[in-house]
Amino acid sequence: MGNDILVLVEHHAGAVHDSAAELLGKARELAGATGGQAVAVLLHDGWGDTHASALPADRVLSVEHTAFANFLPEAYVIALEAILRDRDPRLTLIANTTVGMDLAGSLSARMSSPLVAYCVDLAIDGDVVVATSQVFGGKLNAEVELPSGIASVVAGAFPPAEGGGAPEVEAVAPMAGLDSLSMTFLGRIEPETSDVDITAEEILISVGRGIGGEENVELAQELADALGGVVSASRPVADAGWLPKTRQVGKSGRKVTPRLYIACGISGAPEHLEGMRDAELIIAINTDEKAPIFDVAHFGTTEDLFDILPALTERIEAATSVA
Amino acid sequence: MHIVVPMKQTVDLVEELELNDEGTDIEREYLTFVSNEWDEQALEEALLLKEAGGGTTVTVIGLDETDVDQTLFAALAKGADRAIKLSGDFEGGITSHQRAAILAEVVGGLDADVVLIGVQSPEDLDGQTGVLLAGLLGRPHVSVAIAVEPHDAGVKVTQEFGAGVVHEIAVTGPAVVGVQAARQAPRYVAISRVRQAMQSGGLEVMDAPDSSGDAGGLTIRRLYAPEMSSQAEMLSGDAEDIAGRLAQIIADRGLVKA
Repeated sequence: MGNDILVLVEHHAGAVHDSAAELLGKARELAGATGGQAVAVLLHDGWGDTHASALPADRVLSVEHTAFANFLPEAYVIALEAILRDRDPRLTLIANTTVGMDLAGSLSARMSSPLVAYCVDLAIDGDVVVATSQVFGGKLNAEVELPSGIASVVAGAFPPAEGGGAPEVEAVAPMAGLDSLSMTFLGRIEPETSDVDITAEEILISVGRGIGGEENVELAQELADALGGVVSASRPVADAGWLPKTRQVGKSGRKVTPRLYIACGISGAPEHLEGMRDAELIIAINTDEKAPIFDVAHFGTTEDLFDILPALTERIEAATSVA
Repeated sequence: MHIVVPMKQTVDLVEELELNDEGTDIEREYLTFVSNEWDEQALEEALLLKEAGGGTTVTVIGLDETDVDQTLFAALAKGADRAIKLSGDFEGGITSHQRAAILAEVVGGLDADVVLIGVQSPEDLDGQTGVLLAGLLGRPHVSVAIAVEPHDAGVKVTQEFGAGVVHEIAVTGPAVVGVQAARQAPRYVAISRVRQAMQSGGLEVMDAPDSSGDAGGLTIRRLYAPEMSSQAEMLSGDAEDIAGRLAQIIADRGLVKA
């Protein structure tokens, strides 16, 4: 087993993902403790070399192949498995994004290598890696140890690396399997932009599962109307079709930073918090006093949202009509 | 096309989670278990594929976990063709690696064209079952799918990324797909129809293969409730009082427009 800390550099449409700087910053720190190097892995179809030399790493392994023109899980797994077997790092860091969810588990199973998912902290303690993981929808943290392995890391868990680096860029020959994939990339589709842009709104009244049904969304709409804001939603509400997908806040939706965010019946799964925790003023209404949403809210109440929303709407309407 | 949908019973997160004496696992004995919501999405997507025709059949498979019969019979009532329960002692919980190893052995013998499985569950400390299963089976996989549709000799998977961007990927040959959301909300089935399914039986019971192998390689030091980073100021009183306080807080920030 080596001492290096490997980081998969995620990128889309020619741009390096924010996670790369966060993971590389941590990798440098951990490599300091293991006596190894922070090694970035960049899989690309030609544009990567200019980006490679700017990465905050000690070394960059650059693999160029047309299969990496877009993210194809199969191609990435083939390349990473070969690299991990060859380099035998102490730890491999992958962002817990769609890409990471596709790769980390597959590599773990194929290589019988331990995996910590939903990782929010990492340290080296003597001979072992100590990792903290968010489980049970963020209600509990698990502190685990592993001799070596893979960690899929939650966005924002670590501050981005400061400054660039002067990494040694090493070209790695493309793996044979990349020419015979069972997957084909058909296309990338950008989101429709016909609906409101919730990232540009100052006031969001956001509804979650606790709103109970599509017919109750109106209660939030009335408050939004009174405040001059718009209604947004957590994932289950968008999935159920009660509000359009364009209104979804969170990891797979939009990241929002409004001046006011009122979370109604939203428990606050880590994926949701990732998209709204930087709002200026957060008010949470949820009957479960242990709901993680209260960890990020500034003010909260466990009173029933079906009582609070109409009462609050009435107050705001009264205030605006007086003014 | 033969679709296999593994279904997992998971802790109902609405409940308060208590830790065991060692602080290394949750106390499972008195908890309520429900069908993993993402597996229900995978089942819905499988049923939509079946309804699209072409002789597609759907097999659901579950480990003998608390209330799994309810989940499997509900799947039959919704339209699954076959339900398999793998008997064994799973009450103490098992890791995703152990679950994937059991499923790999069984699914390997079911001649599945596609495995649709929930993209995650709340207990995936050592990774998500679907992608581990794909790794063990040596099959390609796509995670975070929001649509799976027939395409040439295989399927077209719509894979979701952040900020509403999606990719479309064609997959030929047997594959595993981790479903985030079905193309429509999971269908409702009346309890009377679940009872009907229970009365007509049809649950196949098989012994689960040995799961004592690779458990994932993690040693749990402790579980703990995360410290609250900025605990909310909780407002109490009746709804009118609270609404009044909130209106004031919002007004103080200059957010109430005349």
